[in-house]
Formats: sequence, structure tokens, C-alpha cells
Amino acid sequence: MEGGDETSAAMVDEIYVNGGDEAQRHRPIISGEQLDVEAYAALYSGRTKIARLLFVSDRCDVASMQLETLRMAYDEVKKGENTQLFREVVQKIDGRLGPNYGPDPAWADAVDRRAEQRKEKLENELNAYRTNLIKESIRMGYNDFGDFYYAHGALGDAFKNYIRTRDYCTTSKHIIHMCLNAILVSIEMGQFTHVANYVGKAEQNSDALEPITVAKLRAAAGLALLETKKYKLAARKFLETSPELGNNYSEVIAPQDIATYGGLCALASFDRAELKSKVIDNINFRNFLELVPEMRELIHDFYSSHYASCLDYLGNLKANLLLDIHLHDHVETLYNEIRHKALIQYTHPFVSVDLQMMANAFKTSVTGLEKELEALITDNQIQARIDSHNKILYARHADQRNATFQRVLQTGSEFDRDVKAMLLRANLIKHDYNLKISRKS
Amino acid sequence: MNLNMNSVESVVAQIQGLSSSADDVTHLHGLLKQSEELLQSESTRLAPFLAELDPSKHSLGYLYILEACTAAPNAKEQANELVLSIARFLNDCAAEQIRLAPDKFVSVCKRFKDQVMLLETPMRGVAPLLTAIRKLQPSSEHLTSLHPDFLLLCLLAKCYKTGLCVLEHDIFEVDQPRDFFLYCYYGGMICIGQKRYRKALELLHNVVTAPMSTINAIAVEAYKKYILISLIHLGQFSTSLPKYASSVAQRNLKNFSQPYIELVTCYVNGKISELEAYVQANREIFEIDRNLGLVKQVVSSMYKRNIQRLTQTYLTLSLQDIANTVQLNSPKEAEMHVLQMIQDGEIYATINQKDGMVRFLEDPEQYKTCEMIERIDSSIQRIMALSKKLTAMDEHMSCDSQYLAKAGRERQRFDFDDFDTVPQKFNI
Repeated sequence: MEGGDETSAAMVDEIYVNGGDEAQRHRPIISGEQLDVEAYAALYSGRTKIARLLFVSDRCDVASMQLETLRMAYDEVKKGENTQLFREVVQKIDGRLGPNYGPDPAWADAVDRRAEQRKEKLENELNAYRTNLIKESIRMGYNDFGDFYYAHGALGDAFKNYIRTRDYCTTSKHIIHMCLNAILVSIEMGQFTHVANYVGKAEQNSDALEPITVAKLRAAAGLALLETKKYKLAARKFLETSPELGNNYSEVIAPQDIATYGGLCALASFDRAELKSKVIDNINFRNFLELVPEMRELIHDFYSSHYASCLDYLGNLKANLLLDIHLHDHVETLYNEIRHKALIQYTHPFVSVDLQMMANAFKTSVTGLEKELEALITDNQIQARIDSHNKILYARHADQRNATFQRVLQTGSEFDRDVKAMLLRANLIKHDYNLKISRKS
Repeated sequence: MNLNMNSVESVVAQIQGLSSSADDVTHLHGLLKQSEELLQSESTRLAPFLAELDPSKHSLGYLYILEACTAAPNAKEQANELVLSIARFLNDCAAEQIRLAPDKFVSVCKRFKDQVMLLETPMRGVAPLLTAIRKLQPSSEHLTSLHPDFLLLCLLAKCYKTGLCVLEHDIFEVDQPRDFFLYCYYGGMICIGQKRYRKALELLHNVVTAPMSTINAIAVEAYKKYILISLIHLGQFSTSLPKYASSVAQRNLKNFSQPYIELVTCYVNGKISELEAYVQANREIFEIDRNLGLVKQVVSSMYKRNIQRLTQTYLTLSLQDIANTVQLNSPKEAEMHVLQMIQDGEIYATINQKDGMVRFLEDPEQYKTCEMIERIDSSIQRIMALSKKLTAMDEHMSCDSQYLAKAGRERQRFDFDDFDTVPQKFNI
């Protein structure tokens, strides 16, 4: 722990270093450039790849990048059998990519026809299984149906069929399989309550869980919590995800994402001790962080109070994070939280802080900083007051004795008021009661 | 004794004869009840007989005759005379006698109020009604039907101070819910007039949260004022009513005061310009409700609130900055506001005019003075008394036969359930 409990002389040095010659101490920050779509897409497989590509094309405003993503999405869709999605993509391309990327009706019809046949076949099979009452086969039948619907983009039906297999599950392995399918479909549908639900169900069968499955479940649970804005819990789940996950869950999440999501959530919601013990000293998570060096650097910067460089990294990452299908909604909130955390931690150990120096450390103007601090003080997140004349922030130590007196008097008068009001109401109710009785008689 | 009550003369004679001892008065009361019809039929020629009676000695009889002779509609010319004679009676009458016939007394007082209103001199009614209230109440905790009338006259005559002396006594015993609603509503308005916002909030809160089975206009108007005073005094308003408020109030009050709810939303946003624009746009609604003055106070309280917020965050701040953050036009204006607030004891600060800086200070109260200790002591005494009352009421309630009957019935049902489930458990 440096920074906090050293003598003030050393600290002033630290702050100057902190604010001043940043560039020479750190390697130049690289990731400000545009998202490398190709590399990004390579991280994922299956439906999520297409969904992510489409999301990027919707969000980014660079025309070339948009077309590039759409082209890749088109290629990807054609590998599958989802004609609905195919038509969407074609509509989005709108002929801008030339005749090779047009609405290919022949292909679509062929796929649809094949789908129809396959559906019929599956139905016949399932009916046969059901008449024979072979549990395992019925389960397989429903499962096949689920896979079929999933491939064709009918997520609701796929979900239903996967859930139906539940009644025919005989081993805990089957249950886990069912849960994983349900989780996958629910994530695609954006139904994150289901995700949390089925993660819970799967985890009950702890005996049959393989390390990879455990990691998958952790990641899914983290996603669900992230979407419901429970950042602290989400951070814990991501941090618990073991590196066995690797590229095995590419149909949902890439290991790089685990690092980014987990890192950001942890920065926004953990205190220093927790950050140290659960993130920086976490050997498992270090494996993930190695994949996203910027994230690793910025967490270390944050912990060692190099806020300016930390915020720089964050600023550079922001554009790309906004293109992430799961994180985009939460980027602003998380960033604000992290910035507040940084401000609070910066002021915490001091009795008085020179706003000029602090503004340098955060690469902002004194007036802007004043406004930010004002908001935090009003929220009671920083116990301090600003001397705007001399530009100094003074820590405020509440007088316990006076505060207690004040509270006691206030509580007293509130009690007084409430009890009187209550007695009055009791009397009114009594009156009403009497009135009814007398009316009856 | 002559029981012939057939003529007014004999009634008067009875009154004169039977007004000395308590027993006699009770007897007289019985006789007067019997001759009520007679008095009503003879109402037009009763006035001269009043002169034969002494209001302080023959209060009960006087009351009966007075009630009967004011029952007939009066011409405006007579009103003056009538007001004088009733006022004299109210001053002189004996409390223990008139309490035998509270209905008559209240109806005389109501007519008195009507006459005063007719003459458009509400001031004349204030003092006699105050005396009347004191004579009619068995204790200062009782709310009488005269309270709302008295407060209304105080409001019309702008005698807020006189009104306050009644409001200072806490009311616990209420007979008529309507009296209670009006008492609290008018009382709230008087307190607002005197800028006693805390008390006003308390009274209005009582109206809003009072048990009611149907929504009523008094509650709606009280709710509107309650919103405004909350904003002026506390700078905030929670739109959800407490749990103990009646479900009717929970459901309906907000719908009836939509413009006010929106005002709250505007206020919470903290933007003066938005608030002013909103008030301007809805000026007519507030004017019709006669709340425009209060609404204007809400707007100006926002400046105060914003300045007060600054004291939490700043030690020193230039007047220019204050003007900017609070959205005042000039540092000069900011200075006026700050100065006013220092004077009112709302903030603790010093202004340095040389460099235009304001230095905010902490509350100088150290809770060490004798006065403070005395204040705390008196609070403790008050609360002890209150909690004694609470215990007494609780005991009284748990001895109440109706309550026990109801509670007992429910208990029995529970017992039956318990009895039922036990064997089932054993069956499994």
C-alpha cells in the first residue's frame, strides 16, 4: 500500500509524478484505433458472431466499417440455415456490396424447403418415441427439435423444446446439458432472468460439473448480473471464472470479454482491499487479463493511484466498448462509477488537498473538478468542503456530539408529532366505528 | 309545583325559579325539553322575555329561548342587535349550565357566526366565539364544533395570533370528522399566515392521512397546500403517502392535484428557469385554487434551498459563483439572498465585501448552554407525558368490550385452524 499511509512529503512528490511526466513512465497507449472487426469476429462463433457483427454495424458510424461488418455477417449467415436473419442482413446491406451480396432467393428457398422436410422428419420421429415411451429417445427428440429451431432462429420455440427435455432427464449430466442449452438461448433472447435461473439449476448438480462447465456457468451468471446492473456481484462471478473457459464458450463470450467485463465491474464496485485480493492477486483472473493488456495496465494504474493514465486507458477503450453487445448500456455508468471511485480514493487520505494539483492528476480543469467534487460531496460520498477562494479541499470531521444532540432533538420532535397524529387517528377510527354501530341499531 | 307549561310566561317563571342549584337545573332541563315545541311555535314573540332573564344566572333557560327566537330568519337590520345580545350571552353564561344542552349552544353559536358573516364584520365574532369554545370544551383536548367556525372567523378577520392560541392546545378527542377536517385545514392556513410551517405541515398532514371512506374536497385542498408547504419548508416532497393513510386518499389525492405533483417534479430537478416557466404556464390553475402566493413562495424557496446546499459543499465561495450556481442574475442579488438567510438564521456565514467572498461557517450551537439543557429537559418531559397517554390509551383499548368481542372472534377462528392442521400433519 503506497500512497495512503506515507509521510506527506513523499506524497507530494508522488502527486507531482502522478500528474506531471506521465508519458515517459508509460508506454504510449495503443488501443485508441478503430476496432479490428476481423480479429473481433474471430473470437466468436455461431449466432452471437452474427448478432455482434450486426450490432457493431448498427452502432458504428464509419461507412467502410459498417459494410465490412455486414459483409462478414452475410458470409456467416450463409453458413447457417437462418433465412429470417439472412433476409434482415440483406435488407441492411441494401445492395451496397454488389451482386454477390444480394438476396439469394434460390439459396433461401432451398434452405426453407430442407427445413420443412427436416421438421417433418423430426416430428415423425418424436411421435414414434412418444408412443413407445422411451424416455431417453423422447429427450433426444425434443433436444433435436430445440437444435433445429435454434439453427433457424426461432428462439422462443427452441427454448420451449429445450425446457421440455427436462421431464425426461435421467442423469444430472442431462440436466446440465438442458440448462446450458436454455442459458444459451436465453442469452440470445436477452432474457437474463432465465439465465440466472438455469445457472442456479445447473449448479445444484455440482457432482457432475466439469471444470469447463463451471467456468461457462460463472460467465453466464456474470452476464446475467451485469445486465441487471448488479455490478459488484457480476464482478465476483467474472473473477471466479476459471481460465479453463478458454475459447470453449465462443458461442456466448470470449475470454477477452471476461477480462474487460470483470475488470470494469470490479473497478467500479470494489474497494481497494477487495481490488487487491480479488483482482490483482487473483492468479486465475491474471490469465484473462493477459489477453487484454490495456485492462491489466489500467487496473494496476488505478490501484497504484496513477489516475490520469488509468483514465486515459479508459478513454481509449471507450469507443470499442460501446460497440459491445452486452456492455454498451453499462459503459457510461461504469465509467462514472470508476471516476468517482478514483476521486474519492484520491481525497481520502488527506486533510487538505490542493485542487490545482488534483486537477493535474486527473487531467482536468479546476472548475470542472470543483463541480465533480461538489456532486460527490452533495451525495455524501466525500466528507469534505471546498475552499473555493484558495482552491483547497478540506476534509470535514463531523462533530459526533453535536450531531447526536441534533439527531436526538429531531427524533424527539418526530416521535412527538407521530404519536399525536396516531392518537388522533385512533380516535377518529373509534368515532367511525361507533357511528356504524349506532346506525345499525 | 305548577307543571302547567302551556304558556311562555310560565316557562319563563320556571326558568327563574329553577336556576339556583344543580339539581334544579337538571330538573329544569327536563321541563325545557318538553316545552321545546311550544317555544318554537311562539318564536316570534320571545325576544322581550329575554330581558327578564339574567344570562349569567339563568343560562340554560336563556339558551333555550335564545335558540328558539333565533331560529326564525332575521332581517339584516336586526342582525346587529342580535349579534350584540348573543355576544353578551356568550360572555356571561355559566359553563356548567350550557354544557347540559351542547346542541342548542352550538346552534346558537353557528347562527351567531352567520350573522357576523352577514354583517361582514368577522372581527366581532372572534372574541365571543373563543369564550364560547372555552366554555363548551370539557378539556382543552376536546375538539368542539365551534373550532372550525372560530378559525374561519380568525382567518377572515386576519386575527392569526388569536387563532394560534387555540391551535397551541393539542386536540385528541374528536366527535365529528368533518369538524376535524375543517379545524385542521383552517388551522393549517392560520399557521401558514404566521409562517409556522412546521405546525402547518402537522395539521395538514392530519387531514391528508385521516381515515376517510370517501374522498372529500377538504382533503384535496389540504393536500395541495401540504405539497406547497412541504416544498417551502423542507425543500422536498415524497409523493407516496404513509401506509396508515386511507386507501381512498392513496388512490385519489394525486389525481386531483396533478399540477401540484408536476410542480414537485419540476422543483426536484433544481432548475429555477424550468420551475418559473412551469408556474407561468399553469398560473391560472394556481390562481383559481388561490394558491398562487404560496406557489411564488415555493419558487423563492428554491433559491434558498440551493444556497443552503452550497454550504454543505463549500467553505468559501465568491458571490459571483453563488449567483451562477443558483441562477441569480447578479452577485448583488446573491448577496441580498445570503444576507437575508443569515438574518433568518437559515445559514451561518460571513460575507467579505472587499473581495466578494462568502465564508460559510458551521452551526455555532454547541449544545452546552443552560437554555439548551432546559429545552431538552422539557422535550423529555413532554414525551414522557405523551407515552403515558399512549399506555393509558392502549390499556383502555384492551379493556374495550367491542374491541375484545371483535378480536376474540378472530382469535377463535385461528384456533380452529390450528386445531384443523395438527391431525393432518400426523396423517402424513
